[in-house]
Amino acid sequence: MLAKLFKFYGGVKPPSNKTLSNQQPIRPAPLPSRLVVPLHQSIGGTPRPLVQAGDPVLKGQKIGEADGWISAAVHAPTSGTVVEVAMHVRPHVSGLESLCVVIEPDGKDEWIAHGPADRAAMSPADICQFLQEHGIVGLGGAGFPTHGKLKATPGVPMAELIINAAECEPYITCDDLLMRERADDIVRGTAVFRDMLQPTRVIIGIEDNKPEAIAAMQKAVEAQGEAFAVVPVPTLYPAGGAKQLIRVLTGKEVPGAMRSTADMGVQVFNVGTAYAAWRAIGHGEPLISRIVTLTGNVRSAGNVEALIGTPMDELLKLAEPNPDTDGIIMGGPMMGFLVPNEHAPIVKTSNCLIAHSERLFPPKAPEMPCIRCGACARACPHELQPFELYWHARAKDFGKTQQYHIFDCIECGCCSFVCPSRIPLVQYFRFAKSEIWAREKEKKAADEAKQRFEFKQFREEREKAEKAEKLAKAAAAQAAKKAAEAAAASDAPATEQPAEAAADPAEAAKKAAIAAAMARAKAQREAAQPKNTDELTPEQAKAMAEIEARRQQAGIVPEPADALPATTEAKPE
Amino acid sequence: MDILLAIAIMALGAVVLGAALGFASIKFKVEGDPLVEKIDAILPQTQCGQCGYPGCKPYAEAIAKGEADINLCPPGGMEGVQRLADLLGREVKPLEAEEKPKQVAIIDENTCIGCTLCIQACPVDAIVGAAKQMHTIIAQQCTGCELCLPPCPVECIHMEVIPETLENWKWKYPVVAIQPVATRPSAEEAA
Repeated sequence: MLAKLFKFYGGVKPPSNKTLSNQQPIRPAPLPSRLVVPLHQSIGGTPRPLVQAGDPVLKGQKIGEADGWISAAVHAPTSGTVVEVAMHVRPHVSGLESLCVVIEPDGKDEWIAHGPADRAAMSPADICQFLQEHGIVGLGGAGFPTHGKLKATPGVPMAELIINAAECEPYITCDDLLMRERADDIVRGTAVFRDMLQPTRVIIGIEDNKPEAIAAMQKAVEAQGEAFAVVPVPTLYPAGGAKQLIRVLTGKEVPGAMRSTADMGVQVFNVGTAYAAWRAIGHGEPLISRIVTLTGNVRSAGNVEALIGTPMDELLKLAEPNPDTDGIIMGGPMMGFLVPNEHAPIVKTSNCLIAHSERLFPPKAPEMPCIRCGACARACPHELQPFELYWHARAKDFGKTQQYHIFDCIECGCCSFVCPSRIPLVQYFRFAKSEIWAREKEKKAADEAKQRFEFKQFREEREKAEKAEKLAKAAAAQAAKKAAEAAAASDAPATEQPAEAAADPAEAAKKAAIAAAMARAKAQREAAQPKNTDELTPEQAKAMAEIEARRQQAGIVPEPADALPATTEAKPE
Repeated sequence: MDILLAIAIMALGAVVLGAALGFASIKFKVEGDPLVEKIDAILPQTQCGQCGYPGCKPYAEAIAKGEADINLCPPGGMEGVQRLADLLGREVKPLEAEEKPKQVAIIDENTCIGCTLCIQACPVDAIVGAAKQMHTIIAQQCTGCELCLPPCPVECIHMEVIPETLENWKWKYPVVAIQPVATRPSAEEAA
């Protein structure tokens, strides 16, 4: 089967140094003295811890719950006791700490109850959730949760599913050995992805410096009767970059701004991810271990199957590092970094540990000025102009770096590798990128603060206005009331004067009503006179008049209702 | 006759151009001062008032009018001064106050008496609480302006420097390490 291959621009050919570590079969690593499992091991949300200090855990027990869709669960790599859930150093350039679950193994390595997934009864969404629950993330390096990639972009037919087995970085052989020894499970995992994505073609791309792996994969594909194409690709760093491999295998060029290759109908998974996915689907085993290459300045280089959370220094001892080893590089020599703390644990994305020594990696001669030779531009697989980017990044002119497409840079290190002036170009680009991100975040925070400040001011103004309005209303009502009282007191024609005094018709109506009510009350009071004084004999009337006269003499004020003379207070004597 | 024609042509030209300018002045009228907006975009929007103006916008207005200097904003730091200088073509001056790392306010919830004074003082509504209820700070919204510190009657608010975590960690500017070079043996050693 001869497939037409394409070429990507640039690339370099560093010495591969792969034969150091690919001569021996994969060894299982012994149980370490303790396991430090970071909760945040993939791109996305930090999983929430499900265990506390003192809890017993079984191998494969979930200890961290995925937080959000782009996040994956974390599991206990062996049985034992949780010592603490605390901050521990992470395998990161910064040497900073993050929340980790520390487990002391009990030596029994006892599995929790687990079993294969019933794929026939599961919808694609169920399978995605199953993979998330089993902590499957991309093992190629970035650690993107796999379930988040198992859906075609709506409206874009899925043309190619690519299994990335190029493994282009020097020294690293973990995928090579995995393919040689466990090709069947890789093919089964690939079939799972194929069923999910329904692509037209499935291509397994392997660099042609791994003939044993290519043969093993071809045999496995034939044995299972799958129509996957196992395609050897020319050995050229960085052929294992997702976009480079897509270019080589399909001729499609993924635009830099495109976030997901699924938008172009291509999806790429690392070969280790396919294997891990099958261990989960076919056996119910969560991602608790991975193949790690131990190489560099060691006596017995090779690959080991290590539990996630194994401290690096403890793991590297298996390869018997030479006494002049002075550090550990995680990843390859091109994109990896010297870990600041060698007690940091292995995580899901740790594919290789290289024992560092000055003999193997002599210190770089001092950086010289850029001579604008253009070697970096010829090596850049993304056809960028690293010398221009360097110029602007160095001057902290971040706007210009973006104009020169700094975010298309995949930090592969080709430019630094070829630079005759030994300028650490990638370091400048990383600095510029993280500075741009930080500024964007700051800008967003500032905009939000401004919005909140302006709203607070607006709210305060509104409250003030509302209060003023309320006060004005109350004052007006008070004034009206006073006017009405004045009107009533003056005893004048009740309905006219207040109406004139009132400012608005509503007030006038109110006052008229009040006046009318007062008039009615007066009339009622007048009507309700004592009934026993209506029919009086002349004598009685005379007696009453005498009493009244006496009262007046005594100074007793007559009652207010005393408008009718001679008919009041008719009491029998 | 020729001179009249020339005058007529010039007059016509004047009328046409005048009309075009008049139209343009209405059509492309600039609302507000765009310079203020540009300055405001550079300011960090902490609304802390450390510049002596009640908020970032008023300070931006004062800078635009030429009333205020560009080096009065401590949260913006020297970088902010630099950017303002670039925008306005003014000279870079050292910052008036000392530059502080980014901070966040923390309320000691055991001591808080629920007086709501800090809530009223917070310019960005980043404090939650009610009268006689415990208050707390929404850390993501806090700009670290310290305006809530003075009104607190029980002094239960303090500022904490935001620590470096994996989320906010940044790659450092590549620096060339200066390595000690072997010096020539001194006279004493040689002797």
